Amino acid sequence: MNILSIKDLHATVDGKEILKGINLEMGAGEVHAIMGPNGSGKSTLSYVLSGRDGYEVTKGEVLYKGENLMKMLPEERAQAGVFLAFQYPVEIPGVPTVTFLKQAMNSVRKARGEKELDAFEFKKIMDARLKELSIVNDMVRRALNTGFSGGEKKRMEVLQMAMLEPSLAILDETDSGLDIDALKTVADGVNALRAEDRSMLVITHYQRLLDYIVPDHVHVLSAGRIILSGDKSLALELEEKGYADIVAAAA
Amino acid sequence: MNAMTDAGLLKDYEANAAALPGAGSGWVDGLRKGGVHRFEGLGLPTRRVEEWKYTDLRTLVSDPFGPADAASDDVSVPDMDLGAEPYRAVFVNGHFHAGLSDLSGLPDGVVALPLAQAMQDSAAFLESYLGRIATLGRRHFVALNTAWLADGFALYVPDGMTIERPIELVFIGATGDTRAAWHPRNLFVLHPGAQATIVERHIGETGTYLANTVAEIVLATGSRLNHFKLQDEAPDAFHVATTQIHASADAIYENFTLMTGSSVARNQIAIELQASGSSCMLNGAYLGRGKQQLDTTTLIDHAAPDCKSSEIYKGALDERSKGVFQGRIVVRKDAQRTNGHQSNKTLLLSDKAEVDAKPELEIYADDVVCSHGATVGELDEHALFYLRARGIPLEEARGLLIDAFVDGAIDEISNAAIREAFRSHAKAWQGGNS
Repeated sequence: MNILSIKDLHATVDGKEILKGINLEMGAGEVHAIMGPNGSGKSTLSYVLSGRDGYEVTKGEVLYKGENLMKMLPEERAQAGVFLAFQYPVEIPGVPTVTFLKQAMNSVRKARGEKELDAFEFKKIMDARLKELSIVNDMVRRALNTGFSGGEKKRMEVLQMAMLEPSLAILDETDSGLDIDALKTVADGVNALRAEDRSMLVITHYQRLLDYIVPDHVHVLSAGRIILSGDKSLALELEEKGYADIVAAAA
Repeated sequence: MNAMTDAGLLKDYEANAAALPGAGSGWVDGLRKGGVHRFEGLGLPTRRVEEWKYTDLRTLVSDPFGPADAASDDVSVPDMDLGAEPYRAVFVNGHFHAGLSDLSGLPDGVVALPLAQAMQDSAAFLESYLGRIATLGRRHFVALNTAWLADGFALYVPDGMTIERPIELVFIGATGDTRAAWHPRNLFVLHPGAQATIVERHIGETGTYLANTVAEIVLATGSRLNHFKLQDEAPDAFHVATTQIHASADAIYENFTLMTGSSVARNQIAIELQASGSSCMLNGAYLGRGKQQLDTTTLIDHAAPDCKSSEIYKGALDERSKGVFQGRIVVRKDAQRTNGHQSNKTLLLSDKAEVDAKPELEIYADDVVCSHGATVGELDEHALFYLRARGIPLEEARGLLIDAFVDGAIDEISNAAIREAFRSHAKAWQGGNS
C-alpha cells in the first residue's frame, strides 16, 4: 500500500479553485519533488495535506496509509505521522521552545498509545537530536522561533521532524530565504532523516535544493495540475529551459 | 438621577451599629457617622456616574443585602505555596478568625492586629490614619465601608525594619444561602526604610455576597511594600476593592492583582506619588468567563518631580465575560521629569466577550516621558495552526497561547515564589479549576 495516494484532488481557497485535479502516488521511503512556478498551487497542496482552515477540498480523495486524510483534524494528521515543514515557521513569543517540543512529542506519543515522556527522558532525546543536527542548546531555550534567523527557523523545523519521526514529511519551500551555507546545513539535516519508512514530499520553486536533497521522482505543477513527471533529470531540464518552455511543451 | 437604591446596605443600621467594635468611642462613631451620611447621599453608582460607566451593578441591587453573620467554624484555607511560611490572618465573612490565623513570631515593634482588636489596643495609631487616606469624597463604596467599619487588618512596620516572610491575608466568603455584605478595612503603615510583602487572597466557593474592601496605605520615605492580591471570590459574589496609597520620597509600591472570581468585581487602586523619587508598579491580569464583569480602575497621581510609574495589565476573556480597564495618570505642574508607562492588552477568546479600555493621561508638566497603549486581539490563527500541525490538540494549543500571553503580566511579580503561585492559579483557571 502506498503511503500517500492523491486522486483527482480539487481544492478552493476563498471560493477560487487552486488545485484542479492532482494525482500523485508515493511509496514508502520515496522522495518526491514537486516543482512549479509561483501561483501553481504548491503551498496550497501542502496546506490541504496538513489541514489548514480555509482550504476546501471540493473533489477527489487523499489516502494516507489507506485512511481518508481529509477527515482528520490537523493535530490528528500530525499524530498519525504527517509532518509539514513550514515555509514560514510562525514566531510564538512567550512559549519556550523546550515546552513546545515536549508537549508536541507527548501529544503524538499519547495519540499513538505510547507512554508520555517525563522531563528527564525528554531531555535525553532532545539533547541527542540537537547533537546530531549540530544545533546549539541556546536555541531551544528561547521562545519558539521568536527572533530566529531564517536559517535557524528552518533548522528548528528539521529538529521537530527529527523528534516527531513522521512517516510522511512535506517540506514546503524549505530553501526559501536561505543562503547556500544554511541551505546545505538544512539539507544535511533532512538527508540524515531519510529512511525506508519515511517518505518526503519536497516542494520547491528552484532546482538547487534538489542538488542536496536528491529526489526519486520529480513532478511539475502548473495551474493546479501535475503536467509532467519524471526522474531527477527532469529538475535539471527545468533549470535549463525554464518553466515557460516546459509548461508550453506539456500543454 | 445619579443614585439608585442602596440595596438595603444600610438596613437595620442603627440596631447593628451599637454592637460594632469600638462603638461609643468618639472618633470611631464620628467616622462611621460620616460614612453613613455620605452613603445615604450617594447611594450606589449608576452607569451615569462617569467612573462607573462600564460596570453594571444592576444585579447587585436586585435584592437587599444584610450584615454578615459571624464566622462559621467549618471553613478551611486552601494551601497556596508562597515560598516562605507566611504570617497569616484569616477573615471569614469579614470577621477575624483566630483559629485559622497565625501571627506569631513577628519581629518586636511590629503592630499586626485585626482591626477590631486594634480599636482597643492601638486606638491612637488607628485614629491618626483611618479615613485620612481613603477619604470619603464621592466614593460610594468607601462611604459604605466606613459606615460599617468593623474589622480588617492593621499593620505598622517601624523604621528600617524588613519583614522577611510574607504576610498573608485571607478573606473567605462562606455565607450559604444568606445574601450578606461585609466591609473589611485594612491599614498598612510603613515607616521610613521599612519593607514588607503582603499577599491578599479573597476567596469563596458559593454564595451571593458583597465583599467591599478598603485599604489605606502609607509609605514613608524609602519604604517598600510588595502587595499581591488574588481575587477568586465565589461565582455569584460581588467584589469591590478600593486601595489608596500615599507614597513619600523614594518609597516603592508594587501591586499585582490577579482576578479570576466573582460575578462582578472592581479593583480600584489610587496612588499619590507625593514626594520626589517615589515609584509604583501596578500590574495585573483578569481572566473572565461566563458573564463575569472584571473591572480594573487605577489612578496614578504624580504630584512631585522625579517619580516613576508603570502599569502592565493583561486580560483574557472568554464566553460572555466583560473586562474594563480605566487607567488615569495625572502629572501635576511641578512633577517634572516624570516617567510613566501604561500598557493594557486584552485577548478576546470568544465573539461575545468584550472589553472597554479607557486610558487617560492628564499632563500639566512639560518635561515628562509618558506612554500608554491599549490593544485588543484574538488568538493568532497562524500560531494555533502551527501548534496543531505538531500534534498538539486545539484546546491545549489555545492553552499554550493564553498562558504565554498572561505570563507577560505575571512575569512582572518581583517575588519568585509568589510569581509561581499566581502562575499556577492562572493556569488552573484555564482548566476551569478556578
